[in-house]
Amino acid sequence: MNARSNGIVPAPIAELPWKLMLLLFCLAGFGAVVLYSAAGGSLLPWAAPHLLRFTVALGLAIGISRFSPDFWKKMTFPIYGAVLAMLILVELLGQIGGGSQRWLNLGVITLQPSELMKPTIVLTVALFFDRLPASKLHTFDAIWPPLVLMGFPSALVLLQPDLGTTITIVAGGVVVAFMAGLPMRLFVGAGAALAVLAPLAFFFGLQPYQQRRVTTFMDPSADPLGAGYHVNQSAIAIGSGGLWGKGFLDGTQSHLNYLPEGHTDFVFATMAEEWGLVGGIAILIGFALLFSWGFRVALRSNTRYGKLVAAGLTTTIFFYVSINLMMVMGLAPVVGIPLPFLSHGGSSMLTIMICIGLIMSIDRKPGRRGGAFSS
Amino acid sequence: MIRFRRGNKRSKPARTVSGAQQEFTFTRRALFVGGVQGALGLALAGRMAYISLAENERYKLLSESNRVNLTLLPPRRGWFIDRYGKPIADNRADFRVDIIPERVTDKQATVRELASLLDLSDEDVTRITKELDEKSGFQPVQVASGLDWERYAAVSVRLPDLPGVSPRQGFSRRYPAGAAVGHLIGYVGTANKEEYDKNKDPLLITPGFKIGKDGLESAFEDSLKGKPGAKRVEVTATGKIVQELTTRSDIPGKPVQLALDVDLHHYAARRLGRESGSVVVIDCQTGGILTLASMPSFDPNSFSDGIGVSEYAWLQQDDHVPLRNKALKGLYPPGSTVKPMHAMAFLQEGVKPTDAIICGGGRRIGNRFFNCWGNHGRTDMARGIYQSCDSYFYHFAQEVGFEKVAAFAHRLGMGAEFPLPVTSQFYGTVPSPSWKQEKYGEPWRTYDTVNASIGQGYYLANPLQLAVMCARLATGKNLMPHLIMDQEPPKPESLGFKDEHIAYVRSAMKDVVNGPGTAGRARLPLDNVLLAGKTGTAQVVSLSVGDGKNTRWKYRDHGLFICFAPYDNPRYACAAVIEHGGGSGAAYPVARDVLTYLYDKRKAMDSLLALEKQWGGDIQQRMASDLALFRARRGNPAPDGSTSGGDAASSQPAEQTT
Repeated sequence: MNARSNGIVPAPIAELPWKLMLLLFCLAGFGAVVLYSAAGGSLLPWAAPHLLRFTVALGLAIGISRFSPDFWKKMTFPIYGAVLAMLILVELLGQIGGGSQRWLNLGVITLQPSELMKPTIVLTVALFFDRLPASKLHTFDAIWPPLVLMGFPSALVLLQPDLGTTITIVAGGVVVAFMAGLPMRLFVGAGAALAVLAPLAFFFGLQPYQQRRVTTFMDPSADPLGAGYHVNQSAIAIGSGGLWGKGFLDGTQSHLNYLPEGHTDFVFATMAEEWGLVGGIAILIGFALLFSWGFRVALRSNTRYGKLVAAGLTTTIFFYVSINLMMVMGLAPVVGIPLPFLSHGGSSMLTIMICIGLIMSIDRKPGRRGGAFSS
Repeated sequence: MIRFRRGNKRSKPARTVSGAQQEFTFTRRALFVGGVQGALGLALAGRMAYISLAENERYKLLSESNRVNLTLLPPRRGWFIDRYGKPIADNRADFRVDIIPERVTDKQATVRELASLLDLSDEDVTRITKELDEKSGFQPVQVASGLDWERYAAVSVRLPDLPGVSPRQGFSRRYPAGAAVGHLIGYVGTANKEEYDKNKDPLLITPGFKIGKDGLESAFEDSLKGKPGAKRVEVTATGKIVQELTTRSDIPGKPVQLALDVDLHHYAARRLGRESGSVVVIDCQTGGILTLASMPSFDPNSFSDGIGVSEYAWLQQDDHVPLRNKALKGLYPPGSTVKPMHAMAFLQEGVKPTDAIICGGGRRIGNRFFNCWGNHGRTDMARGIYQSCDSYFYHFAQEVGFEKVAAFAHRLGMGAEFPLPVTSQFYGTVPSPSWKQEKYGEPWRTYDTVNASIGQGYYLANPLQLAVMCARLATGKNLMPHLIMDQEPPKPESLGFKDEHIAYVRSAMKDVVNGPGTAGRARLPLDNVLLAGKTGTAQVVSLSVGDGKNTRWKYRDHGLFICFAPYDNPRYACAAVIEHGGGSGAAYPVARDVLTYLYDKRKAMDSLLALEKQWGGDIQQRMASDLALFRARRGNPAPDGSTSGGDAASSQPAEQTT
């Protein structure tokens, strides 16, 4: 992946993963183009800040990648503690302010701790399994600590209430645990239990607006002007785009405001209306390249921590992409998860780039080659 | 991989996992996770391809129908005009406000706001609220029409706060003659749910569009309707218009010209005054219906605007049944009005005009003595007609046989249903021996002949039939009554009467009015036109209840009169029926004034205006004050039933359709 230094370009710059960065530039650049159109042919209010944010976040990612995986390994629990503290703080501020709150205003930047928890939980669970002696993998000691580690932040985020983020956090931890080698029957059993508990949770655990999102997902046309509106309009935008799309700046669903959230959660529909199936496939290929890079880093890494983190973070980004696209195409309920690199929004961009930065870090320092098996 | 699995199996009994095995597990599971992700990615690509390729057409259409708002412009409805081109129903440009129930967020608040903006009455508010609950989806509910520009503008500027409210410039139906044409023309109204569900024509739920609901408005719906115009505009999701794309103007409906003389019709309706009755005038040259007035009636203007609850209740409780077209659906024993016709029947069967009988206050028919209403002494045909001697008709009906008389009555239009574009006509009965046998399975008796010979018994006719009978009798031609103006005058066939017979009957009928007859007061106040007519009185109840005159309104006799003028060259034939008028004396002044109007409008209007002063104004004024009174009485809950006007149903005339 790394470009070789040819002597003219300074080594630190030549060492940057240029292919990856080109890919990210393409995705974010395409995002900016779509946002430019969504604003009716204007760089403001979305396209320019989007590019700026991307640039800053990419810088942050490169910065993160400059620290070795060992550093992040040491920092994992402190970071976990800090983010958890922020979640509690947000909850308390919400209680005092009398309403649900998800953001921490730090003056220059508003932080959404639940977003930060997504990569953090991956690091934390990965670290736990790194430390867990191989002999204990099939014991109860391998199960309860990750559950506790995931439990606290999930409960706090669920209180906000933010079901989508909760699911992403839990899923991130679970996938790491899965790849760490917990017995398969646990996952099969948990899946079966979920199938039983999900209906119960639906009726007793969800807020009415969340229930409506789920029922609407089942039949969007049942409530075309209410909760099903987003899904219907999104499908109309994508479907009317056809193979080649209506053309840049020619989307009517987005420009006439039929498509709600056309610059954030439903940015893919905005894109698909103007760029058609071709644009959609291009984006899917872009993400596929990104994920395969992430998994290759994981497989190439020689440390257990590195492997779990790289694969876990890749999966975290994948969750964003897949849930968002399923929602936009009417395959999942509307849960308010943005599409990485394309949706306008700071917090998610930050999270994604932190993930990228950490994977880059592992990419740079795969660790000492050792063990009996080579890949 | 295979090797690894074997290794895994070998280590299983130990229940422990080595670092190397963990690495393999990781690789295997990471590949699994990656595989799942890849599969999901492919599924998403497939889903997107399905939406954007397979369902592309459908979604394109949906996107287009989002973007383009097609506003139908309701076509202007075709006019009804009378034989001289005078409008009977036309359209008035106005401003109107409707509510689209589907789009309203807060019904109560919206109605409240509109009520204050438009000064709506409580009753309007009740009606709107009720309709909002009843109507579904996009069916518009009319809030108000005929608004002036200020009020229209007041609503228009508040539109952003009033979702679902639709102010427009449009046309509303106007009937210049008001209640006078209510029964004949009918009225228009917004389509109801059943009508819309039939073919889901979007025009039917376009605000301001109305369809014919009754009478001729309903019968000529197809040609009156016209074709809607359309305005295509590009709109945002919030309804803001981005640009106008195209506009196609409407094609107004075709006008329908009636044979009616609307001024005459209106005059007749006014002349009926406070009575419950009807007047029919027929053109004796063509058979065209010049007047088909039935009063009291409803005002089609207020029906078309969405009638108020109390106004409808007021119409329903009225014992003069303003909701029934009595000219077509009122059935009355024709009484003595059939006598000239029966006389003509006798002539056809060979009875000589000079054949006479002795009326001794009645006559023995078979083995029974039947009373006449007077003692007429020696009576020939002319005297039998102008003195309306019952005995004469008892005798010759018996001699000729009523089967033949009845057949003749049918030829003159009695018992007939005419091919008119109306929703229904009650066509009554002409009794005859064969009819009775079929209907009741009983033989015809002498007293049946006696009763039928003077238009009583089973005999029933509507006023239109009486007018047609009179016109055919007067002209000897088979005139067909029609409502639509004929393009070229029809040439009615002769009924084959001898000229001298026609002249004889005409002359006898002239003497009813101008000679020693029963209706001297029916003489026209004109020098050169002589009216010929025949009175009729139809008993409603047996004489035991009263004498048919000085009793409760609903027990009084019906008054009938048929006539034509001029007597020697009939131009117009007329029938007037006054329900419970207490005898023919209530009917012939009306017929007289209506025919006077045809020759001397001034004179006729003068006598009408004098009468209307006594009655308390013209139709509109009386209806307004009556309605106000009704509302006031309904306002304070006075005990019901104590008033005599309460039982409306029992006073309806006998209805029979065979």
